[in-house]
Amino acid sequence: MKEIRIHGRGGQGSVTAAELLAVAAFEDGKYSQAFPAFGVERRGAPIMAFTRISEQPIRLRSQIYEPDYVIVQDATLIETVDVASGAKPDGKILINTEFSPDTFDLDTEAEVITIDATRIALDIIGRPIVNTILLGAFAGATGEIKVKSIQNAVAERFPGKVGEKNSLAVLEAYHRMGAGQ
Amino acid sequence: MSGKMTVVEGSYAVAHSVKVCRPNVISAYPITPQTHIVEDLSQFMADGKIPNCEYINVESEFSALSTLVGASATGARTYSSTSSQGLELMHEVLFNASGMRLPIVMTVVNRAVSAPISIWNDHQDSISQRDTGWIQLYAENIQEMSDMTAQSFKIAEDKDVMLPAMVCMDGFILSHVFEPVILLEQELTDEFLPTYDPEHVLDTRNPLSFGTFADPSTYTEFRYLQQKGMDVALGKIEKAAEDFKTIFGRYYGGLIEPYMAEDAEILLMAMGSVVGTIKDVIDKARSQGIKVGLIKVRTFRPFPVEVIRSAVSNAAIVVTLDKNISIGLNEGALFTEVKSCLYNSDINVPVMGFMLGHGGRDIPMSTIQMIIDKAAQAIKSGIKVESEYADLRGELL
Repeated sequence: MKEIRIHGRGGQGSVTAAELLAVAAFEDGKYSQAFPAFGVERRGAPIMAFTRISEQPIRLRSQIYEPDYVIVQDATLIETVDVASGAKPDGKILINTEFSPDTFDLDTEAEVITIDATRIALDIIGRPIVNTILLGAFAGATGEIKVKSIQNAVAERFPGKVGEKNSLAVLEAYHRMGAGQ
Repeated sequence: MSGKMTVVEGSYAVAHSVKVCRPNVISAYPITPQTHIVEDLSQFMADGKIPNCEYINVESEFSALSTLVGASATGARTYSSTSSQGLELMHEVLFNASGMRLPIVMTVVNRAVSAPISIWNDHQDSISQRDTGWIQLYAENIQEMSDMTAQSFKIAEDKDVMLPAMVCMDGFILSHVFEPVILLEQELTDEFLPTYDPEHVLDTRNPLSFGTFADPSTYTEFRYLQQKGMDVALGKIEKAAEDFKTIFGRYYGGLIEPYMAEDAEILLMAMGSVVGTIKDVIDKARSQGIKVGLIKVRTFRPFPVEVIRSAVSNAAIVVTLDKNISIGLNEGALFTEVKSCLYNSDINVPVMGFMLGHGGRDIPMSTIQMIIDKAAQAIKSGIKVESEYADLRGELL
């Protein structure tokens, strides 16, 4: 089983990202589970969302304490939230930022990967919404999930133009991670 | 047999189940974390997807259930959903629905009660309604919740039962989770669930009254018959699970579901979503040679006394896990009930109670493991503390 923890701020679509990841993983033929960290949702407040992906049906209902992967939607969270908490040593932490991984002094053995998802979002979608883009980067950086499955999940959730743009942005982020070239 | 899995939110799966059960009247008032269910049902109504149904908007939970009492008495299949304070506000009407033998089905999306305000999950809301005469079922996951919803209409509306039913799911943990589920097919549901055809209805052509005055010469017999309905429900719950299995091919046990229980020395007992986590911990413990098992209690009312007696008779210790507390007794309800059904029986198994996961406190595998360790210790040296919190933060006291 692979466990993914998403850190974001209320309004950034972290819960949606976790859900889309579960939908995409299921399309890949795996079992999946996505749930929010049950905050009193307010715009801007730090929130968490979780996704589990497994070859077997998933019974475990606890939050995720030792994630294989961490996705950070907003690098300013790192000042107040221990995003690396419990991350597995052979895991990966994917951060949305314009800066390079060595900028961040995280207390972890997990690999830190950065991507300027906000820039991609502004260029392709025209709004700084990064949740779907980070899923494309996740697919590229981890190989845990097919980028096409992410694109399909995005297109199903956001029909029409919005979905098309998001799907393009997903693919761009996937390529930026050096995947599918 | 049914088929295709899809990844949806738990609340959606429940709303879908309600839809294919063809309700005639829905009335509910939104409250977190039940909200998504009534939003989805409202959407179905707006899209014309629930024929012969009226969704009655009301100003409170008290009115929602009162509306259904009236509607159900006319012979309508009725549904509501609520959580926490909403359920507590219904308290008075809960007794009426049961006393009038109206088979209303209600999803309770379990949430802690105030004060202090908590929107998060525990079982205090529904457990606090245990004596209102409602059937109470608890689901482990979305598939079971989805299926149990259809089963509950069949159980409640059975002519020999005629009691309202609460189907309980853990707030957020199940209501807001996305996971693969087989949504109930309309055709199979129609095959499983007959049209509601009550013997007695409000009808101007054949006037009769519901919930009228009962003086001391008759009141006791009304209450006695409610209990008789519950007694019958025990068998009907098992039958509904079997009938469901025949048509849909899915089965979760009837009143209880044993897991690795047969040779278990340590036998855990719990209800709701924590059961999934417990099963994972049991697998791990078993691989280390610890003989631990689980009885999942699906049916809390009627309480399956005989089934539980025979399920625990070979264990060295029974350990209950409760997401609720009777303040003043310092016990969770399952603990109290299990002890009660063993006393005066010929089964002499010690019972330990742990309370945990109150107000949404997460239950990691480590908490369950700690409980198993304490139970193993108690087998060796006796129970030191009969009932306690498993996840108390002593540093805050």
